[in-house]
Amino acid sequence: MSDLSEDIRQDHIRNFCIIAHIDHGKSTLADRIIEKTGLLTKREMQDQVLDNMDLERERGITIKAQTVRIIYNAKDGDEYILNLIDTPGHVDFNYEVSRALAACDGAVLIVDASQGIEAQTLGNYYLAMEHDLEVVPVINKIDLPSAEPERVKQEIEDVIGLDCTDVPLISAKNGINIDQVLEQIVHRIPAPSGDRNKPLQCLIFDSLYDSYKGVIVFVRVFEGTVKKGTRIRFMATEAEEEVVEVGYFGPGQFIPCEELRAGMVGYITASIKNVRDTRVGDTVTDAQRPCDKPLPGYRKVTPMVYCGLYPADGAKYPDLRDALEKLQLNDASLQYEPETSAALGFGFRCGFLGLLHLDVIQERLEREYGLDLVTTAPGVIYKVIKTDGSVMMLTNPSNMPDPSEITEMQEPIVSAEIMVTKDYVGQIMKLCQERRGVYNGMEYIEANRALLKYDLPLNEIIYDFFDALKSRSRGYASFDYEFKDYEPSKLVKLDILVNKEQVDALSFIVWAGSAEERGRKMCQKLKEEIPRQLFEIPIQAAIGSRIIARETVKALRKDVLAKCYGGDISRKKKLLEKQKEGKKRMRQIGNVEIPQKAFMSVLKLDDE
Amino acid sequence: MTSKEQRGIYIHIPFCARKCVYCDFLSAPRPDTVVRAYFDALIREIRMTSREETEYGPVSTVFFGGGTPGLVPAAFIARVLSALRENFDIRQDAEITLETNPGLMDEQKLSAWRAAGVNRLSMGAQSFDDRELRLLGRIHTAAQVREGFALARKAGFDNINIDLMEALPGQDIRSLQKNLEALTALSPEHVSVYSLILEDGTYLAEHLPEFPPLPGEDAERAMYWHSVRFLEKRGYRQYEISNFAKPGRACLHNVSYWERREYLGLGLGASSLRRETRITNTQDLSEYLRFTELTDIRKDVTHLTRQDAQAEFFYLGLRKKEGVSLDEFRDAFGADPLAIYGPVLVKHRKDGTLGEDGGRIFLTRRGLDVSNYILCDFLP
Repeated sequence: MSDLSEDIRQDHIRNFCIIAHIDHGKSTLADRIIEKTGLLTKREMQDQVLDNMDLERERGITIKAQTVRIIYNAKDGDEYILNLIDTPGHVDFNYEVSRALAACDGAVLIVDASQGIEAQTLGNYYLAMEHDLEVVPVINKIDLPSAEPERVKQEIEDVIGLDCTDVPLISAKNGINIDQVLEQIVHRIPAPSGDRNKPLQCLIFDSLYDSYKGVIVFVRVFEGTVKKGTRIRFMATEAEEEVVEVGYFGPGQFIPCEELRAGMVGYITASIKNVRDTRVGDTVTDAQRPCDKPLPGYRKVTPMVYCGLYPADGAKYPDLRDALEKLQLNDASLQYEPETSAALGFGFRCGFLGLLHLDVIQERLEREYGLDLVTTAPGVIYKVIKTDGSVMMLTNPSNMPDPSEITEMQEPIVSAEIMVTKDYVGQIMKLCQERRGVYNGMEYIEANRALLKYDLPLNEIIYDFFDALKSRSRGYASFDYEFKDYEPSKLVKLDILVNKEQVDALSFIVWAGSAEERGRKMCQKLKEEIPRQLFEIPIQAAIGSRIIARETVKALRKDVLAKCYGGDISRKKKLLEKQKEGKKRMRQIGNVEIPQKAFMSVLKLDDE
Repeated sequence: MTSKEQRGIYIHIPFCARKCVYCDFLSAPRPDTVVRAYFDALIREIRMTSREETEYGPVSTVFFGGGTPGLVPAAFIARVLSALRENFDIRQDAEITLETNPGLMDEQKLSAWRAAGVNRLSMGAQSFDDRELRLLGRIHTAAQVREGFALARKAGFDNINIDLMEALPGQDIRSLQKNLEALTALSPEHVSVYSLILEDGTYLAEHLPEFPPLPGEDAERAMYWHSVRFLEKRGYRQYEISNFAKPGRACLHNVSYWERREYLGLGLGASSLRRETRITNTQDLSEYLRFTELTDIRKDVTHLTRQDAQAEFFYLGLRKKEGVSLDEFRDAFGADPLAIYGPVLVKHRKDGTLGEDGGRIFLTRRGLDVSNYILCDFLP
């Protein structure tokens, strides 16, 4: 075992992260830093080494935080250990970001030299301040023709109040001035504090399931020392295990070492089978000599968005269950439980942090596990106060009690911050009003840019709010939100009847004020999606027994191939086979065949 | 099953004077040298096939399809027929059909065909309205149909089919009615009525805006049923979705396709059914012209499983007006059709698209309109 840990001086460790608005160049700067420190040759560097899931690379976002330890020979002649802790880059993963930040002592804040400060620049900066991080600003993309580093410098000083006298002006893409960033990390970010002899206190900021090692827990050691054989306790889940291995993060690999001491960042394995025992934000301590209290800030992550996932082929139900189990090993925030639908058969009601999280999971199930899925419309969790005083958390619209048993319905509200240039303020305010937003004020960040604050019902923003925001601001608006509270709301369950039969998988919950419009659009959409069949098919939207909208799919009139040419049966057969395939992709509801994609159509109702 | 008793041979002639606007069949105008070379290859295929098919017993139908078999010199047809007689057991009373364009029928050709043994003609009239004919890109006129028909009768052809298309661009019931009247005035033994189908890649599909509008689905169905009623009133019995005949004059070759009797398809792109194997020849003319082994041109060889054959029994047999006999299924496969297709049969009977009478299952009128929708359910 290569072990340098005895030689590592605590005052030569720097634990930091990089924070930025999306697309301001976080992953690219991480690549350059790793490259500069000489652990990888250029050829070995995959583009953006930190984002190692295919999906992440395609979407250009970081979903699971990755972390790397690098060695930097600074200009003062000393060798420094830099632990770069990567953070996820999307609002769905806000809590994970906050835990990653808590593991750091400083943060490099990237600001785009053309775009300047954006909503997430501010959001991330405030988050870093909450964790008392030393923030090192950096202006990126100075090589672009549209770059205005002087203006952006001024903006950072005015808006955030950070001194930009010697701010590094860099191009991460072209490797310009990366050493200035490294020098500032060494000199401005403080060394970690903590005492290696105190009782053990580690923060879990991520975990990963490995089929050989079991769960690998990513930790920052705040106090004490952990090594092989230490009996550790997870303070929130109360699980206890003996440490099998500790180590640090080489680029793309785990490198075992003797021990992890106060101030260090590394991993622990302890034959832990279930990632749920190792919740992000939990504190790991020594079971024999526990610390007094856990580190602050732990909270159990709860899904915000639910939907039903069903295998297109009912026989694949066990495959879907196995796939979800495997995904959950790496993703404690994914929740699922079995459910059945009259329309779709056996499947799972799954909970996600947000719609992006849902998208990512759905794509991974389809791509990595080869599953063909039917997804029902995503919804949020409603709180139902029943007449008998009990409270029900409603994740599946089909389970909504009869209105006579309901005293009050409540829906989740989020606080949103939208940054937008002055010209589009009116458009965006209009959008927020349409989505039942409650105005909470506006600040001008600078003469041309405003930060709008709204409280918005979560169910108004989970579908297409972000797209609408972008289209109404020509791409200039940026958006961030966090859960605020549950508030009473007038909500109704909208049922869809196809050929007079209610299709449970198409029911959804909607604010009473927009129920009629949604019902009408839903019927129109389904009319487009359901192919004509032998008989006329009425499609109706209903609230309780009241029909609020109706469309009709006309009966199939003609489907006949008259000419059969020269005994060429195979041509005719191919045509029939194609038709049969089409029927297979349908779900039989009573007499009617409904295409699988129709179950997602509720998502596209707001296309304009 | 019955396929042992009656056998057929199909000969494909992939040449025509000019491509019609709606046509996506394997056919095109070609220089004479190519036509000659094609017949050499065809004769070779006949000989080689007969050496392989020594058991292929009495042939009761021969069908020259195309393309336009009537376009090529009659001597070529005679050459093929004598090659067939040399190499196969062609029955004396075999039905021997030749497809032709009405504009290509003259006395010499007709008597040469007759002398060669052709005893049934199929005339691609398509319409009796010159404006419609021009629109379709046909090379003939309505007058030529009448002339050709009269000459054929004079030459001794007493078994003639006329093809008629409906749902033509701009057509309505009234213009269709005129066509039906003109057709039945000639009193052919057999009538085929096809709906124009818009096929991808055809001139019509690619220049649709230049044509009068195609009738909608409802209008097309109305025309179809109008034709059926009209022809039945004039003594033509419908025996298949698109085919009508005076009593005893149904096309045996055509029926054999739906009854899964064996047939050998010879020529470019031709299909065969033999020993529960479906074979389709290459569609590449140059490949066909220079073949040395039959395996060189047999592009698509599909061995039918028992399930495939059972499915075919239904989805082909149901195209016949009389439908399929459950007893024949039992005899052919030694299996109970209800055990295999029970749910499908029940569903479609409930929907009113299939009927049952005296142990036969058939498409109802409604089922016929949407037959593909029904037939695909019989696939394995």
